[in-house]
Amino acid sequence: MDWSIALILTQDGVVNAAIYALLALALVLVFAVTRIIFIPQGEYVSYGALTLAMLELGKTPATVWLLVAGGAVALAMEAFAHFRGRSVPWREALFWYAALPLLTLAFAYAFDWQTTPQWARILLTVTLIAAMGPITYRIFYQPIAEAPVLVLLIVSVAVHLALVGLGLLIFGAEGYRTEPLWDDRFSVGPLLIPGQALWVIGASLVLIALLAWFFSRTLYGKALRATAVNRNGARLMGISPNLAGRLTLLLAAAIGAISGVLVSPITTLYYDSGFLIGLKGFVAAIIGGLASYPIAALGALAVGLIEAFSSFWASAYKEVIVFTLIIPVLFWRSLTTHHVEEE
Amino acid sequence: MKKPVLKSLTVALGVAFAAGAAWAEVKVGVTVSATGPAASLGIPEKNTIELMPKEIAGEQITYIVLDDASDTTTAVKNTRKFITEDNVDLVMGSTTSPNSLAMIDVVAEAKVPMISFAASNRIVEPVDAKRYWVFKTPQNDHQMSTAIVEHMVDSGVKTVGFIGFADAYGEGWFENFSKVAEARGLKIIANERYNRTDTSVTGQVLKLVQANPDAILIAGSGTPAALPQKTLKERGYRGKIYQTHGVANNAFLRVCGKDCEGTFLPAGPVLVAEQLPADHPVKASAMEYVQAYESKYGKGSVSTFGGHAWDAGKLLAAALPEALKKAKPGTPEFRVALRDALENVKNVAGAHGIFNMSKDDHLGLDQRARVMVQIQNGTWKYVK
Repeated sequence: MDWSIALILTQDGVVNAAIYALLALALVLVFAVTRIIFIPQGEYVSYGALTLAMLELGKTPATVWLLVAGGAVALAMEAFAHFRGRSVPWREALFWYAALPLLTLAFAYAFDWQTTPQWARILLTVTLIAAMGPITYRIFYQPIAEAPVLVLLIVSVAVHLALVGLGLLIFGAEGYRTEPLWDDRFSVGPLLIPGQALWVIGASLVLIALLAWFFSRTLYGKALRATAVNRNGARLMGISPNLAGRLTLLLAAAIGAISGVLVSPITTLYYDSGFLIGLKGFVAAIIGGLASYPIAALGALAVGLIEAFSSFWASAYKEVIVFTLIIPVLFWRSLTTHHVEEE
Repeated sequence: MKKPVLKSLTVALGVAFAAGAAWAEVKVGVTVSATGPAASLGIPEKNTIELMPKEIAGEQITYIVLDDASDTTTAVKNTRKFITEDNVDLVMGSTTSPNSLAMIDVVAEAKVPMISFAASNRIVEPVDAKRYWVFKTPQNDHQMSTAIVEHMVDSGVKTVGFIGFADAYGEGWFENFSKVAEARGLKIIANERYNRTDTSVTGQVLKLVQANPDAILIAGSGTPAALPQKTLKERGYRGKIYQTHGVANNAFLRVCGKDCEGTFLPAGPVLVAEQLPADHPVKASAMEYVQAYESKYGKGSVSTFGGHAWDAGKLLAAALPEALKKAKPGTPEFRVALRDALENVKNVAGAHGIFNMSKDDHLGLDQRARVMVQIQNGTWKYVK
């Protein structure tokens, strides 16, 4: 191996790491606020990428109907809760479960998306997938929000399997690629840097900065942080845990969709490829102990680089090497962290 | 009062049984991988079952189709269900080699003949006590490897690089291909693996480009096989690129785009049925399948994978009249007769080739079952 190859591998690893970092941040966020280990995170990546691909091909993605159907179920659950005598935040419920899905549906059918500019398609895709976040929370997690972490994890696995199955039904078994945002290539020394790679890294950095700003400067961000620190304390301060849950999954779904849109011009994505990408984000999140954002981001960088270099040296064992990484980390974690009971 | 009732009941039952025997139908249990990783192969196979003959030699044929989700355990479970609950006369499937291999024990134990849609030669070779009951329709990797090596040698290739799936498909291809290549004096100077779900193969491709072989063979199936090819072009590889018949569907062309121009691959004749010369032995039977499929599912929808299921239907149609002469459907004797008839089919023209089964050959395809194809202007072009 010479320097030029090492540089190319590093470049490759960093681009992948940028996506893993985004997903790791989303996973840490969801776990901190809601205690859900969010396995379906990867599905938002593949849904985002494939929805965009459908729009590019001039087909109306069936994900929009999934969104409307999910919204209807969520609304029915709210109505049920209402008749059981619970107070329901109807204004928010109507916006998230009825108005937004129907608006997205109207937009999806109003235009010939094959001829619109790429940014408009991306905007529709991200809105569509992000809107699935609060609905997912309302249907699957809100009724069991107080359940132990293990129950939440099992529900996550179920949601993941359901979404993969629906993905096959909606998108079919074949993979898709989307058009790159920036088709130019730049040569820097031995490196050939595609414009899309710069987009991926740039967008990830901007998104991370935006999240940092959101959590330190805005009221909703502070409310989420408060919930993450102490759920009961936050509730006493008037922060609704349901609102926090919806908001968290909105962010997680949006991050997933953006990751999908960013990565789909670089590689072919399938209805089930989100899981593995999400799993590598999960390894990074574990390195950060599912708690620390900066360490999770560094963990993502490590995962990306190790993946790139092991694909060069021992391609048959690449996944084994990446996932074995988690063992020493867990070992070290279990030695250094003191377990604190939740309740 | 009681006796007449009992009598009439007995009579009624007797009539019902007699009617049942007279209406005996041939039952075929089909398990395909319509979901899961092999779905892009399993779905056209499932579609093809609907086109298969519902009546052969005056006998009703019922197809019971189950999905095994590309999962070995489910495939075995489906097969047991066919045998114990449905009392089938023949089992077809499954889509993938691991599934089909696992089903062999079950059908051999129950003495039910089976026709697999999967490629591995281990499904029917060697024909031992268990494989006595098993047949298959897709060409062996070995046959396809020979076609590739022949084409490489003819175009002056001396050194070859290999990149394949890190699973049974890639390993099987490497085993077959390296054997044939060595025998013909080709040197394999790089050997890499990647996963179907990988988002990047830069590391492997850098190694291949560094070795700089005259040609590279990519052993992947479906659209995931496009990733190494795109990366090879990106890294400026200029040699010849070969793919396997696992990529022969239109989704691959769409994903790979202009990066796949000029790629060679071996395939069943059905892929280029329209371009075959009129005197090609498989042209007519391949066109029959293409027309049957496209008239139901739309122009350009046909894929080679469904053709394997179609050929299983052709084998059944050829063997059934012979078996019916010997026994009634639904009986163990009939299953034995059907197996014997399948082993003796001669010159059955299917979508992929001409089948001539024998005691030692439960595939029955020869060199007529493959053609070399090149990708030109985003379509498949028959070259030889």
